[in-house]
Amino acid sequence: MKSGSKLEKILVGGQFAVTGECGPPRGADPEQVRKKAGHLKGVVDSVNVTDNQTAVVRMSSLAGCLLLLQEGLEPNLQMVVRDRNRIALQSDILGAYALGIRNMLCLSGDHQKFGDHPAAKNVFDLDSMQLIMTVKKMRDEGKFINDQEIQHPPQMFIGAAANPFAHPIDFRAVRLGKKAASGVDFVQTQCIYNLDRMEKFMEQVRDLGIDKQVYILGGVTPMKSVGMARYMKSSVPGMDVPEEVINRLKGVDKKDQAKEGIKICVETIQRLKEMKGVAGVHVMAIEWEERVPEIVEMAGLLPRPVVD
Amino acid sequence: MVVAERKPLNEILTMLEPYKKILVAGCKGCVTVCNAGGKKEVEVLASEIRIARKKEGQDPDVQEITIERQCDPEYIELLEAPLKDRDAVISIACSVGPQYIAGRYMDKLVFPGLNTTFIGGSLEHGVFAEFCQACGACGIHNFGGLCPITRCSKSLLNGPCGGSADGKCEISQDVDCVWQLIHDRLKGLGQLDKLTRVIPCKDWSTSRDGGPRKMTREDLRL
Repeated sequence: MKSGSKLEKILVGGQFAVTGECGPPRGADPEQVRKKAGHLKGVVDSVNVTDNQTAVVRMSSLAGCLLLLQEGLEPNLQMVVRDRNRIALQSDILGAYALGIRNMLCLSGDHQKFGDHPAAKNVFDLDSMQLIMTVKKMRDEGKFINDQEIQHPPQMFIGAAANPFAHPIDFRAVRLGKKAASGVDFVQTQCIYNLDRMEKFMEQVRDLGIDKQVYILGGVTPMKSVGMARYMKSSVPGMDVPEEVINRLKGVDKKDQAKEGIKICVETIQRLKEMKGVAGVHVMAIEWEERVPEIVEMAGLLPRPVVD
Repeated sequence: MVVAERKPLNEILTMLEPYKKILVAGCKGCVTVCNAGGKKEVEVLASEIRIARKKEGQDPDVQEITIERQCDPEYIELLEAPLKDRDAVISIACSVGPQYIAGRYMDKLVFPGLNTTFIGGSLEHGVFAEFCQACGACGIHNFGGLCPITRCSKSLLNGPCGGSADGKCEISQDVDCVWQLIHDRLKGLGQLDKLTRVIPCKDWSTSRDGGPRKMTREDLRL
């Protein structure tokens, strides 16, 4: 075991993993995190806490993770390289481990141009690939980037993101291979709506043998409405929403669109369960955590495995 | 070259408002090439200041000079006489120029007439783009001769990120994804394998992050 996290144990044990997501509030109220935790408890194996996603200021991921731990959930610390240099990143990794966090997700982060502080200065001292290498070096060699020894090295289960839908399309699996070579243990993909493209991506991943090196969790996000689907298609970078998804939502009564969105999500999970090389799903129900239990239930993924 | 653009006239007029005797100082270097601070632009700015001041009923006293370079002490010396009776100088060199003037003429007020924007070049007439961040350790040969530090919005050395779509960067349809360009160029050269190498953490100490930089060339010293 690298970290001994529940997520690691489930994946190593060959069970289909389910992870969830919790976006911290734009304020200092811990209750909002606890409320989301309540919806996800016992339903997912680990919960990502986003790190100022879309470059909007929110409660820190580290604080959100600690709140989840206190509620008895296993957190997955998202960490972006947009806002911290290597000094702060390594410091936060030590701190996270000290607080009991065992999973983390290494990301570059949305550019601040999208966020609520577009006048901010960004950092990008490292990129996401180099952050993976850093966490691995800290764990496996017990050393910081500067080669100095760490007295008590943090043992993290190392995650990253993969986007099968971004361009250049034929480079996507190759880039995932670079993340594998950098030492990533698991990846969560961008939200999947185009399953045909996902199939092709996985084919390439399998050809390169990457699925044998890295646990791949397919990302899903239930659509609440046709409006949301249109927005995701046109305004969210790197998102591939086929017309057929929009048409399905359009084809039902407005009041039934959420139900249809959940149905599509469950069907996607079922396809992913059958896809060779996919080790689990990552359910990102954006500000809709209360619907995760039924999604996971309908997908036939309850009860969740219990590990020591 | 260093690319710069003229500040809006109102901003310049506001900066200069308290001062009567003005010198507009241009530079025949980079800012002449990018049509921001050469002799012609000195004439234009001086005229604009005069017209604005006349409109306000003043008798404008605006003089003009354009020197070879404002980033060279020997040319900055040439400003001594023209500056003598001036209350303020507005330099339309890149920001090196006004700093040289400020360093040499302790009793003169200096204002920047340009916003220095980037190290770059022109793409077509009237369009300029950034190509270099002066990191002090060039490695563009690793990327098909293109600089991801400057031209990727996130300065990724192991790109492209998940926001690359149809050759464009996630921040704007007007920004090319340099990683798409790097990919396409290396593919054309039959060197795509170069992109399978993981580029390690960069040493930024040679860049501005290492503090203000100074370079000494012993072979050139007198």
